[in-house]
Amino acid sequence: MQLELSEQDAAFRAEMRDFFTTKVPQEIRDVVASRGELSKDDIVTSQRILNAEGLAVPHWPAEWGGRDWTPLRRHIWHEEMQRACVPLPLAFNASMVGPVIAAFGTQEQKERFLPATANLDIWWSQGFSEPDAGSDLASLRTTAVRDGDDWIVNGQKTWTTLGQHGDWIFTLVRTDPEAKKQRGISFLLIDMTSPGVEVRPIELIDGGHEVNEVWFSDVRVPAENLVGEENHGWDYAKFLLGNERVGVAPVGATKRVLAQAKEWAGDALADDPLLAARVAELENELLALELTALRVVAHSTDGKPHPASSVLKLKGTELQQAVSELVVDLAGPASLASGAGDDSTVPQWARRATPAYLNLRKASIYGGSNEIQRQIIARTILGL
Amino acid sequence: MDFTHDDEQKALAEAVRGLVTRTYGSYEDRRRTVRDEPGYDEKLWTGLAEMGVLGLPFAEEDGGMGAGPIESALVAEELGRVIAPEPFLTSVVLAGGLVAATGTDSQRAEVLGAVSAGELVLAPAVAEPGRPMTAAASAVRATAAGEGWTLEGVKEPVPHGATAGRLVVTAALPDGGTGVFLVDGDADGVTRTGYSTHDGGRAAQVRLDGAAATLLGDGGDATEAVSAVVDQARVVACHQALGAMAVALESTTDYLKSRKQFGVPLATFQALTFRAADMYVSLELARSLATWASMVQAAEPGSTGDTEPADAARRAALGTSRAARHVGQEAIQLHGGIAMTAEYHVGNYVSHLTALDHLLGDGHQHLRALAADVGDHAEVDPLP
Repeated sequence: MQLELSEQDAAFRAEMRDFFTTKVPQEIRDVVASRGELSKDDIVTSQRILNAEGLAVPHWPAEWGGRDWTPLRRHIWHEEMQRACVPLPLAFNASMVGPVIAAFGTQEQKERFLPATANLDIWWSQGFSEPDAGSDLASLRTTAVRDGDDWIVNGQKTWTTLGQHGDWIFTLVRTDPEAKKQRGISFLLIDMTSPGVEVRPIELIDGGHEVNEVWFSDVRVPAENLVGEENHGWDYAKFLLGNERVGVAPVGATKRVLAQAKEWAGDALADDPLLAARVAELENELLALELTALRVVAHSTDGKPHPASSVLKLKGTELQQAVSELVVDLAGPASLASGAGDDSTVPQWARRATPAYLNLRKASIYGGSNEIQRQIIARTILGL
Repeated sequence: MDFTHDDEQKALAEAVRGLVTRTYGSYEDRRRTVRDEPGYDEKLWTGLAEMGVLGLPFAEEDGGMGAGPIESALVAEELGRVIAPEPFLTSVVLAGGLVAATGTDSQRAEVLGAVSAGELVLAPAVAEPGRPMTAAASAVRATAAGEGWTLEGVKEPVPHGATAGRLVVTAALPDGGTGVFLVDGDADGVTRTGYSTHDGGRAAQVRLDGAAATLLGDGGDATEAVSAVVDQARVVACHQALGAMAVALESTTDYLKSRKQFGVPLATFQALTFRAADMYVSLELARSLATWASMVQAAEPGSTGDTEPADAARRAALGTSRAARHVGQEAIQLHGGIAMTAEYHVGNYVSHLTALDHLLGDGHQHLRALAADVGDHAEVDPLP
């Protein structure tokens, strides 16, 4: 057992810290620091800076831009980005479709998509959830029917995050209506400029436009855009979701917001013992979470994930939400001024507090709701 | 950074597990042992001495094994798994630790050699009636008497205070500050009233009326030294609690699988399995904190970055306190009536967890200390 990072890992951390705080534009990092909304340009600019340095997709296979880092180094990379308020590489590209294409795509698909995906020349959207297929994703109904060299896609996807920016969408579609549930699903890449694709915004409770419905009406998709084997899409989707080991819990970002909250609290932190206790308790829970994430990454070198990794998403989202709730309480009545402009007497953090709090209610729902996480723990770890 | 135990440490844990399981293979064995005096199994105590466990934390020149906090933690976790009533934590780690931290060369060699050999049980007389756990003594006052000292006052509860060969007493020095003293258990002026604690342990009221005492060390204020030893013991106590929590959870999941109601196993009911999943989350988060705290204790002074050993101990103890209550209370509830009986082990595990929680200061005390310092740092970073 040893507490300190090895000399090499400590140097790596310093290198990451230096790069993120000096090479990614301050204006972009300021938006993240103020919990504001990043523009498409901000996200693209930032990812291209990372990609030019080989820091956008380090977890991919080396021939496609990966770095063969240990899980610990990936963890450090991920934490330091959050700490420096650098926008994370677009998850749909870097964590989702990229690894799937790299693992299961044809050589042509890899050459066509992977460099552009890493560099965010293609903005990917995710087409998994449907109105009647949420946590029970395998009950999805969007169909793809073979017609010559094409698939004809019909159906509706929903909760497509930032789909308004999407160039391409990776989808799960039913290619064998006779097969039961998980069997009969394929993984299909669809150009969002294809005729018959329509993106409709969904307004959320925070007032923002973050997610969309995506409708497919007789959309013609070349057969070459199917990834892997027909009717094996479920396996690839499981691979994609199981890929999220490092960075499952947003530790660094939550720590940063909590540290900011202490500044925003001002004198109240010293004067109000209840507030001080609440912050101290949150800090301790975050510390426990961060240490658990470290245990998991330090362990997973043998390829098998540490059982405690299932704790990360569950507790990580709970704490992310709890800190956002704290910030609303710090703002108090001023938190109602969410619609006020920069000329308001209410500071920006207080104006952003409630939209951020409302927005983050999503965190315990997406990516396998926390109820699904509890089910995973109960079944696979406790054997219940 | 490495959270894994080396082969020697694993072998130690296995050896201790083997030994304690021979004595407490079934819960009934433990129940029988704590019914009679001295409240623990003297054969097992001798066995632990022969294995080197009782001298584990002491320097080799003092008759010990020269191991560290990680090894003590491993032993405590194994003892916790069977809630062994043997006073490793109180006699070896706490009382022995006080002697190791404050005694002169000859005092250490004399006392710790006997402790390591299993010939002498020490009782830590630190807790004071009506006060939270503190390193600064006030309920017992020391007076210089010729070459030696006499003590006046009351200590309670003193673990194994009625039967221990020697008492290690913290007392207020005439010119301020705290001294640590050795008192023979059967010396004149020592009145010991022993009793059982709710978890089957032993404690006593110790009344000192001019009892002759030997000052450990040179007579300077030992408050800081006492404080550091109490912190070390806190971390070891956390590990003892981890062992007990792990078994409480294992027993609960076994019970959910085997117990039938309404014609089906209890594990059929998601209302119950989700609660077991939450117990696992609490346990793993506490394990992360306790493991980290033992690594901080084991690290070279000054090599732990922003983290002071005392701070790490508090953080681990707070997290463990929260987890122990959650896991313990749910273990009883998910079992139902059977866990209320003295005959079944789980309720007794909860009783022991409750004792451990309060022995050296509880979550409330730790949170208060952390809250007082919450403005001193921006973030809590676990790695140096």
